[in-house]
Amino acid sequence: MENTPVISGSEAVIRSLLAEGTETVFGYPGGTIMPVYDALYGYREQLNHILVRHEQGAVHAAEGYARVSGKTGVCLVTSGPGSTNTVTGLADALLDSTPLVVVSGQVGSALLGTDAFQETNFIGITQAVTKWNCQVKRAADIPAAIARAFYIARSGRPGPVVVDITKDAQQERAPFRYEKVTQIRSYTPCPKPDRDQLAEAARLIDQARRPLLLVGQGILTGGAEEELAAFMEKSGIPAACTLLGLSALPTDHPHYVGMLGMHGNYAPNIKNRECDLLIAAGMRFDDRVTGNPKQFGANAKIIHLEIDPSEVNKIVRADVPVIGDVRETLPLLTELIGRREHEAWIEEFRACYDTEYRKVIESELFPSTSAIRMGEVVYRAALAFDAEAVIVTDVGQQQMIAARYSRFRKSRSLITSGGLGTMGFGLPAAIGAKIGAPEREVCLFAGDGGFQMNIQELCTIMQTGAAVKMVVLNNGFLGMVRQWQELFFDRRYSFTEMQNPDFGLLAQANGIPYRRVEQREELEEAVKQLAESKTAFLLEVKVEQEGNVFPMVPAGAAVSEIRWA
Amino acid sequence: MEQEYIITIFSENSKGLLNQVTTVFIYRDINIESITASESSVGGIHQYTIVVRSEREKVEKAARQIEKKIDVLKVYVFTPEEVVQQEIALYKVAHNKDVEKLVREQHVRILEVEDDCIVLEKTGYTNETQALFELLKPYGVFQFVRSGTVAVSRYNKELLEEYI
Repeated sequence: MENTPVISGSEAVIRSLLAEGTETVFGYPGGTIMPVYDALYGYREQLNHILVRHEQGAVHAAEGYARVSGKTGVCLVTSGPGSTNTVTGLADALLDSTPLVVVSGQVGSALLGTDAFQETNFIGITQAVTKWNCQVKRAADIPAAIARAFYIARSGRPGPVVVDITKDAQQERAPFRYEKVTQIRSYTPCPKPDRDQLAEAARLIDQARRPLLLVGQGILTGGAEEELAAFMEKSGIPAACTLLGLSALPTDHPHYVGMLGMHGNYAPNIKNRECDLLIAAGMRFDDRVTGNPKQFGANAKIIHLEIDPSEVNKIVRADVPVIGDVRETLPLLTELIGRREHEAWIEEFRACYDTEYRKVIESELFPSTSAIRMGEVVYRAALAFDAEAVIVTDVGQQQMIAARYSRFRKSRSLITSGGLGTMGFGLPAAIGAKIGAPEREVCLFAGDGGFQMNIQELCTIMQTGAAVKMVVLNNGFLGMVRQWQELFFDRRYSFTEMQNPDFGLLAQANGIPYRRVEQREELEEAVKQLAESKTAFLLEVKVEQEGNVFPMVPAGAAVSEIRWA
Repeated sequence: MEQEYIITIFSENSKGLLNQVTTVFIYRDINIESITASESSVGGIHQYTIVVRSEREKVEKAARQIEKKIDVLKVYVFTPEEVVQQEIALYKVAHNKDVEKLVREQHVRILEVEDDCIVLEKTGYTNETQALFELLKPYGVFQFVRSGTVAVSRYNKELLEEYI
């Protein structure tokens, strides 16, 4: 061990992050993480640090970064409030399988458990919202803990991890030797596919007359876009995406039949009941996807391609579970199945789309009313960005509208909070996405409510110069809650009307170009200006006050109870 | 249908693991009837025996979610018929002729005799240790404690072997 350098625990943190290929860290300094920040000062040429304005912003930005790039997002925060501010983001990342490593400072080990200044039991708090967490109290243990953290965060079904490091461990000196973790005996990230299951799945696929493929985020996290395309090409099976599965295949793919779920497209929502076979690939039958799970795919055999065994049979019983990484299982399946076409069946989906177009889409994209509708803004943006942008959304009506009407050519092009539904996710996630993919355009859609939930991150845009294109669809309401109040609570608009600040002044205060649009005639040109801006840009569009998102399958309802208005 | 299940968990002996395991039961709304934890036959690996009353499907789903924890090696779910189970109970009671009669009849061990009381030990099913408690009650039970169930499956080999 003669050539192992003796360095501080703090420097060991930085060198461990670098050894894992970390290029960017989102963080906020404070008392117990100061030694690491001090070490970072010496490495500021190698490690890009983004100073956010709130730790929740750091963790959502890291999520955006991870989702767009496929790399692991890294956060650096202090103990106490610094760490507890990351909890929402950790929960978000756990539900949406986003790889994150949060390094938090902790009070000195002698003070642990004494209610010391800025002490919280962060390990206890985050046990329910992380894939794994650990506390480190000795400098010598830091490299191994971080190596384990990265391995767990990005392997198998990805997720967030926390490494909580006491201040004395950061200051102590110890020999540094970094070894990547490649296996943990109690952890099987990618179970080996079972040949019998695959053969049985292939048999069902070959027999199916009305099959439907359900594409989830597993395709993206597994990097299985090409494998998906090959499977679709040979099987001829139509495919629908979950919200998080969007952009796993191009929206203009001839066999793409739309988005599943509460505000998804009519065709896959209604047709899943007529299927004789559902092939779920990397998705987990979230209740927002299935509505009433008893009726979802009620007449179909179900093949579930899934990396996480605990998801199999959790909501919907799988006739044939195919456990493993879809990147591995899909090609094996493609090899086994016969070449087929399902043109007549796909034609039925097109007919459903036509119905939906007449009932909802046409008036959303080309309205005859004077008020601007959210859908037409999203549609204009899709045209202006030529469907090449990374679309980031907040949560609520604009999220659903953006998911419904955006067009995608490239993978990893929709970043949205699916499982947790975290308002305030959008703005920081868009910053992270831009930093993770500087060569791509990043366009945020946020409502006036959600935009304000982490609006302090406009200052991060100012400081970093991240060229995020922001569209605030301002209806003066917490729109989705208002929609539910309208539909299910007798229009009793209990505290959903917003009195908003002057977004123009907020933009101006942060040196961000801004434009407000109230008339449809200006919209096309304004969106073009947004798309062509070299810097960050905030476009506020005053949209229809009481606009709704339709179609809608009410929570827990069967798709036959779909509402059009 | 609700019934008793015995869950055996093998895990690394890492700090906070018990908390992670019990969190899953809270999350899935399952109440723990009894829990024991100690080192297994393999050094460094701990074995938990947890008894719950719930529905099969719910317990199975919780088991898979526990198994997903990084430091958990394997989780098994058994019905009472699939295991041999015992628990140990200690009773501190007053000296008394009737108590001595009970001791003989109930195959109870005497662990310690003090001036004014004796400490008894009984192993058996929960209902058996409970029954003895009920019998002793009229004579005054100063203290009573149960260990929680431990169980071995009816398979004839160590469950853990194939996993490490």
